[in-house]
Amino acid sequence: MEKKTKYETLCIGGTQYKTTLTEKFKNRKNWEAPNIKMVKAYIPGNIPKIFVKEGQKVKEGTKLLILEAMKMKNIVEAPVSGVIKAIHVQEGIRVPKQHLLIEIE
Amino acid sequence: MSLKQKTRELLKKREQVQMGGGEQAIEKQKATGKLTARERILSLLDKDSFHEYDLFVEHEGRDFGMDSKVLHGDGVITGTGTIYGAPICIYAQDFTVAGGSLGYMHARKITKIMDHALKMRVPLIGINDSGGARIQEGVNSLAGYGEIFFRNTLSSGVIPQISVILGPCAGGAVYSPALTDFVFVVENISKMFITGPEVIKTVLGEEISMEELGGARVHSEITGNAHFFAKSEQECFDQIKKLITFIPWNNGQKARPFPPKEPKSEFDIDQIVPSDASQPYDVRDVIKAIADDSDFFEVQSDFARNIVIGFGRINGETVGFVANQPLVLAGVLDCDSSDKAARFIRYCDAFNVPLVTLEDLPGYLPGVDQEHAGVIRHGAKILYAFSEATVPKITVILRKAYGGGYIAMNSRHLRADFVFAWPSAEIAVMGPEGAANIIFRKEIMEAENPEEMRKIKVEEYKEKFTNPYVAAAKGYIDTVIEPSETRKLLIHAIEVSKNKNDGRPKKKHGIPPF
Repeated sequence: MEKKTKYETLCIGGTQYKTTLTEKFKNRKNWEAPNIKMVKAYIPGNIPKIFVKEGQKVKEGTKLLILEAMKMKNIVEAPVSGVIKAIHVQEGIRVPKQHLLIEIE
Repeated sequence: MSLKQKTRELLKKREQVQMGGGEQAIEKQKATGKLTARERILSLLDKDSFHEYDLFVEHEGRDFGMDSKVLHGDGVITGTGTIYGAPICIYAQDFTVAGGSLGYMHARKITKIMDHALKMRVPLIGINDSGGARIQEGVNSLAGYGEIFFRNTLSSGVIPQISVILGPCAGGAVYSPALTDFVFVVENISKMFITGPEVIKTVLGEEISMEELGGARVHSEITGNAHFFAKSEQECFDQIKKLITFIPWNNGQKARPFPPKEPKSEFDIDQIVPSDASQPYDVRDVIKAIADDSDFFEVQSDFARNIVIGFGRINGETVGFVANQPLVLAGVLDCDSSDKAARFIRYCDAFNVPLVTLEDLPGYLPGVDQEHAGVIRHGAKILYAFSEATVPKITVILRKAYGGGYIAMNSRHLRADFVFAWPSAEIAVMGPEGAANIIFRKEIMEAENPEEMRKIKVEEYKEKFTNPYVAAAKGYIDTVIEPSETRKLLIHAIEVSKNKNDGRPKKKHGIPPF
């Protein structure tokens, strides 16, 4: 019956508390500052069409590609003006959420 | 035809209907480890107490060849019975009949028994085991769901509503359980989700099994949609029966009292809580040292374990316990634990169950994930729920009561009726380490040995503020008590709160931070 619990520490307000942690707490995502030049899939979906090529100059608002999800063909536009540094997807593939699509510099 | 013949005919008809989807379908149901809908009702209710209605109802499907099909009882069994003598309205979807799919008359049977439960002010139990909407009946089945949801909402806070998930419960169907008070799930049998693995795979390309997506464990541990987890249907029925003994039949009554019983001697209240506020212990042991017969019926035991909620009895009377759990995440409040506690507090308030709060928490959980998940909005729920509650509210501060956590955990300021503190209580705006760093920043920085000075100042702060007497001097707590006096004082507090009459401004309804 007596089970040895393994305690970990959790710091709240400068005090180190001996306690156990939950899976949910351990699995929480560390926050990363968003980088506007990294265009990521905001929803999982298909890439039926890419409009730009690597090395191409784009203006803010230039159509980059179509991200088709939930029966909607969403047009992904360039968030900033710059040059297409890399395209990480090909036409016809399916991408998960947060997948890096295009880098702009 | 003589009456005798006619009666024989009735019995024959009844027998036919009671076979549901027929022997083959029943065998299939059994093969998946499930009981039939009828067996479920009979094992849940008191022996010979079940009476069925609407068993001769026929379905309304006219298209896609449905008009030539016979669906016994239209895939749902409805009726009344008792659990330990408590009157119950019940329905159980019959998966052997057209997969328990919900058509127009199926829904009409459910809404009829729901109306009856509300009118008679008795608890409603719904056993869900259904493939979902009956596609052949089109928008009529959607109408059926809507009518059920509306009645769930009308009955909310008037009669106890219990949902038992004993099979698939997918799409719109999940929203009836979500609107009810307590959801029971069974390992490997219960499945709840809005969109199933198939849809997720085709639309999003993510592969996941039904169990991983919306199985009993997922809803007990991660989502918090389920309140009670069982390993078998029988264990689940035993849990439901136990719950029924703790709650009143409707919001106009109190739960039936039990013969009082002293807590078991193995739970020694003086030995459970370490005096060092950074050391953990299981707060459920404190509850067991206080409650009658050390019997604590925990709700949502696997979800947001940093707060503990559940029913127990004090001197024979049902109370709802809300307790910080130092054993898990140091007992902090966060999004999930606030949701969990707030809903339970509102349940107790709606059904005249006095609240006993056991407090020992370092505050709210810091972190970007918490802030971005809306810990402000979620944390506010617990403030709202305690402030709104007018049942007798008693708080016992066992140890830490810091900052926002002190206010949230049914403080005097949210209209607690009694606030007792153990001598180990530390009521302060924040923990001594953090506070000393701010108050004595200059002294610490300018000291020759800052670490040494920090230690001295932390001790100084501890000495001065981390005790119950500063709050007692202001009357924020009513008295400081010996731990061993706790049960006696709780019995007294509940006794003298029997005629509590505390109002709130009349309004259509408040706007809680949902």
